[in-house]
Amino acid sequence: MSTRTTDGLRAGDSRSAATSSSSTKAGAIAGWVDDRTGLAKGARYIMSKVFPDHWSFMLGEVAMYSMIITLITGVFLTFWFVPSAGHVEYNGSYIPLKGVQMSEAYASTLHISFDVRGGLLIRQIHHWGALLFVVAIVCHMFRVFFTGAYRKPREINWLIGTMLAMLALIEGFAGYSLPDDLLSGTGLRAAQGFMLTIPVIGSYFVYFLFGGTFPGEAIIPRLYSVHILLLPAIIVGLFAAHLILVMVHKHTQYPGPGRTNENVVGFRLMPVYTAKAGGFFFIVFGIIALISSLFSINSIWNYGPYDPTAVTAGSQPDWYMGFADGALRLMPGWTEVSFGGFTFTYGILLGSLVLLPLVYVLMGAYPFVEQWITGDQREHHLLERPRNADTRTAIGVAAITAYCVLWFAAGNDIIATHLSLSINDITWFFRILFFVGPLLAFWVTKRICLALQRADREKVLHGRETGEIVRTADGRFYERHEPLDEYTRWHLVTGEPPVALALDSGTDHNGVRRPASKSERRRAKWARFFYKDNIPPVTPAELIAAQHDGHGHEAVAEIESGETTSRH
Amino acid sequence: MKTLAAKRRHPAALFVLLLAALLTMGTAYAFASPRTTAAPSTAAAATDEEAGKAIFLANCASCHGVLAQGGQFAPSLAGVGAASVDFQMGTGRMPMVRPGVQAPREPRLFDQQQINQVGAYIASLAPGPAVPSTEYTEGGGDAARGGEIYRVNCAMCHNASGAGGALTRGKYAPSLRGVEGKHIYEAMLTGPQSMPVFKDTNLSPTDKKDVITFLQEVDKGENPGGYALGNIGPVPEGMFAWTFGIGLMILAAIWLGRKAA
Ligand code: HEC
Ligand code: HEC
Ligand code: HEM
Repeated sequence: MSTRTTDGLRAGDSRSAATSSSSTKAGAIAGWVDDRTGLAKGARYIMSKVFPDHWSFMLGEVAMYSMIITLITGVFLTFWFVPSAGHVEYNGSYIPLKGVQMSEAYASTLHISFDVRGGLLIRQIHHWGALLFVVAIVCHMFRVFFTGAYRKPREINWLIGTMLAMLALIEGFAGYSLPDDLLSGTGLRAAQGFMLTIPVIGSYFVYFLFGGTFPGEAIIPRLYSVHILLLPAIIVGLFAAHLILVMVHKHTQYPGPGRTNENVVGFRLMPVYTAKAGGFFFIVFGIIALISSLFSINSIWNYGPYDPTAVTAGSQPDWYMGFADGALRLMPGWTEVSFGGFTFTYGILLGSLVLLPLVYVLMGAYPFVEQWITGDQREHHLLERPRNADTRTAIGVAAITAYCVLWFAAGNDIIATHLSLSINDITWFFRILFFVGPLLAFWVTKRICLALQRADREKVLHGRETGEIVRTADGRFYERHEPLDEYTRWHLVTGEPPVALALDSGTDHNGVRRPASKSERRRAKWARFFYKDNIPPVTPAELIAAQHDGHGHEAVAEIESGETTSRH
Repeated sequence: MKTLAAKRRHPAALFVLLLAALLTMGTAYAFASPRTTAAPSTAAAATDEEAGKAIFLANCASCHGVLAQGGQFAPSLAGVGAASVDFQMGTGRMPMVRPGVQAPREPRLFDQQQINQVGAYIASLAPGPAVPSTEYTEGGGDAARGGEIYRVNCAMCHNASGAGGALTRGKYAPSLRGVEGKHIYEAMLTGPQSMPVFKDTNLSPTDKKDVITFLQEVDKGENPGGYALGNIGPVPEGMFAWTFGIGLMILAAIWLGRKAA
């Protein structure tokens, strides 16, 4: 009984021996914290994480840093921004608006721009940061998509990313609507129009959201809560989950020397990666600050205060909402029908409230659809080169093409004035292109991928063409091929065997016809579509074989087979 | 020549023929279309009206008819007033250089005296709005009030900062940067082409003066935020973020990736 002292409880606890024995001051503080929180183990786990190095892996970081920068500058803006539709007469230092009646929101944004020291710069950093945040998210997504990084086990993180992308867009739109200038008011008016097109409940919904008719006094304070509280909280939360999952799964890597599905080749988080990443934060901050100090964005003083009776030519949303705006501009007028005294504007409904979520649903669903088609249940930690997954790459490019057509259509008036074209012709051109463009893009991309696949195989098996023609003693000619150096070759050799295509032959193993289920047959058809043209990259085994069956004069250097087999 | 006869039936022959026809037509048109017939010296003319008529006959009658009664290509000018002539000729829109959906602004071809003479001639045909007095066209009004009037009446076509905008079928509202006050006033007064007329009962002369003052303020081109990317809003901003912005980020990422650890 007497042994049950506090010390006794700690018997065998090796940590107690090491308690705060660190000689340096920082070490002492760390030890003190560790004694009370037990953080060291977790920190060690995180710090010894290894990250591969590639510029395309930094796109996510650009998004993260831009987000942090918008968060910080956003807090600065809240010190002066007044989220209210209350009317005031402007009396600040911007002469062309002096004495004009406006909302407090607009007046306070003018105040930030002209009368708060550094206010305009911070506003511009906030807005440029927001634009680049979404740009970086999209680029990051492209990277993940085209390298197949979303495959098992990372599907959940892809879903989280999809949600983040959508929320960032809504967050941006909410912010864009806050200053209550002519442009942002027009955007809100458009959004209200979209909601009105919801069948049956549309007008009630608008009354509920705007606290009455448009514009009313309620929407700005409500958007403000959403913009600075609700959405940032959700975004930061999801983002944290996103990062934790990256830690848990470990980062993917491109195929290369020594890289397998089972390891990660790169730098440890501490110190190299942290130093690089920390430096990169300041680079991103610097670039955004540089842009913001040289280029104006959303010059709200040019637009004037919002007035429901006014609108300006060239009203566009920020770029990330452009595709929905473009869809509306392309929607033909006959999509509005009325029967029984009710008007049903399904064209606008399709172009906005259906399209926006649809894009994200399709994006979120893609990994699962692909998995269903290919039946590939393996874990993947090695990235696929975009060219080696020709069908996926082609699907991606086709989707981007469709998106871009809608996106460019949102600028049809700017294109018309700047290229002296008729806006009607441009609209028709885009309408047709929306359907034809993606098909064309699919076909072209696929052809390019297949050509590259063939070229890669050729290079690995037979070496690089030197252009030197050699004449043999017996008078034959051949082109000398130079073997690739080993390092280059490993980038072109597959890291994993190709998928065992689960194509149902329709017979069982005794060769007896067996009725395949309908869904199985459908799946087999899709799988054929997915893989039929693929020219798989050379496997290590193939490489060895090729070197052993002596390609005559094609001088392929011997490689030690030991090296190749060690890859497994 | 047998070969030539054979080639006449070649399927491409039709195209070649068409092309040749179009070319000749085009060249012929370039010669026939109204050009700067150096305006005859007006010293000899007895009155402004007569001098104006002479200029009109030489430069405008081909489209507007010898009595300015209008023709196949151009409207009648009876009652458009000296203000319309001053606007159209002063901004170089008339004489129209080539047929199109809209007469674009061009370098002006006549001096002010000649323009006044034509104006006098057109005004003598039927009463119409006169050239406004300088009291209202030189600015000096209330820019903020002018801005409010402008946003309600003009921004939907000309853009909130006067950058211009697209209208249907290739028509457009032009940029209002650097337009003379007198021409702004006359544009409101006469409503060229697709632009509505803003009579004095809609926008009083003082209102118009304020609008001019506002546009002059815009013209100063002060961009407190830095380089304005054309002042046409989110499209160039988005393009900039997608090219320059993310481009710099990627360059930085590549540079950092290259750095030895
Ligand atoms: C190539 C044919 C052509 C020539 C030459 C031409 N015009 Fe015109 N003019 C037009 C057309 C077409 C319009 C109507 C559309 C427009 O305003 O652009 C017009 C419109 C006008 C108007 C505006 C009428 C209104 O309703 O306010 C005026 C004024 C005018 N012209 C004056 C002139 C004068 C003066 C000249 C000679 C210096 C001239 N035009 C030469 C074709 C021509
Ligand atoms: C329905 C659209 C529309 C509205 C509204 C409108 N304009 Fe215009 N405006 C035009 C068009 C189209 C032209 C080109 C006319 C031409 O080329 O003959 C034009 C031309 C002008 C010009 C001549 C510019 C130049 O390049 O010489 C001025 C000045 C002008 N507008 C001022 C105004 C002002 C001020 C208002 C508001 C009080 C206004 N406009 C309202 C369509 C509009
Ligand atoms: C990370 C996501 C965010 C995005 C994408 C975003 C986007 C935007 C945009 C586009 C605007 C319009 C700005 C303008 O042109 O003036 C805006 C305004 C604003 N934002 Fe944000 N924002 C974000 C986060 C935040 C946060 C976290 C806060 C506050 C804590 C905040 C506070 C504000 C305020 C007060 C305004 C209005 C003031 C003004 O327009 O000058 N934002 N935001």
